[in-house]
Amino acid sequence: MESLKLEGSPKTPHVNFDPESGLMELKGRSIPENSIEFYKPLIDWIDQYGRSPKAKSTLHMQLEYFNTSSSKSILDVFKKLEAIRAAGNEVIILWHYEADDEDMHEAGEDYAGIINVPFKMILIEEVDGQ
Amino acid sequence: MLDQIHDLYDSLERQRVMLSFKGSLTPELITALLGMIEQKMDIIESDAKTRKRVFNVVMECLQNLFHHNAVKQVDNGQDAHLKDPHGVVMIAHFEEGYSVVTGNFIAGKDVEKMKIHLDKINGLEPDGLRDLYKETLTNGKFSANGGGGLGMIDIARKSGGKLEYGFVPYDEHNSFFSLNVNVIK
Repeated sequence: MESLKLEGSPKTPHVNFDPESGLMELKGRSIPENSIEFYKPLIDWIDQYGRSPKAKSTLHMQLEYFNTSSSKSILDVFKKLEAIRAAGNEVIILWHYEADDEDMHEAGEDYAGIINVPFKMILIEEVDGQ
Repeated sequence: MLDQIHDLYDSLERQRVMLSFKGSLTPELITALLGMIEQKMDIIESDAKTRKRVFNVVMECLQNLFHHNAVKQVDNGQDAHLKDPHGVVMIAHFEEGYSVVTGNFIAGKDVEKMKIHLDKINGLEPDGLRDLYKETLTNGKFSANGGGGLGMIDIARKSGGKLEYGFVPYDEHNSFFSLNVNVIK
């Protein structure tokens, strides 16, 4: 299976999903008008990856901003990972947030309360927009 | 017309308007407007949390205008271009924070539903808003745009104040929806 790599844009995050290492990364901004269109290939990729996942899968969420349109799509991404974990694999979501961004910290806590996947909150100095 | 230009400038200056726009919105235009706001906020606002909250509120408000826009019906057919997402937005700076004002047309039949939604939001404290957000995120029905009623809840959470709103009947089918969101420092 091939990795999924997308360059970041002013409204969409940098994406790097690697099936060999089980490492997935979303970094930057997720504020597109139509998030369903942007997230569909990501969700399809995880769906396919989930058929023969690595023993451990890690998703890094390092977002500076995300809009409410993206919030449901992000939940859909997490639900795919939840299914991989439910099948007996190790999955972890690392939620990065800046020290002064209590809203992003709270958003991570909200997802952690909804999704049955271990969340780890990671404090960072500054999110690189690209 | 010419003598009104100075009045317009004066009025914008008095209200400490950072940006105002009226017309049709496209995703490209939203990107440009957000870029302008981000640049201005970087200069005038030293508090990172406030900068992010203002950016978030402006973004959600612009995308609301883009997604939720009733067709402004005209009988003579001359204003067909008004069927594009169409509205007005103004962002102003005041002592205690920022004000994000938007206006757009919505279908008259949706007014009551919208009022109930906004009053419910305004009746909640931060913890209640957080619960409503989570409940809507997990149980809400989502439109093709993906929003599904989260937008206003998020705007209220980021604002820290109550949503000020009003509806003015426009014609037989449509109303004009005005919203003022104060982002308190």
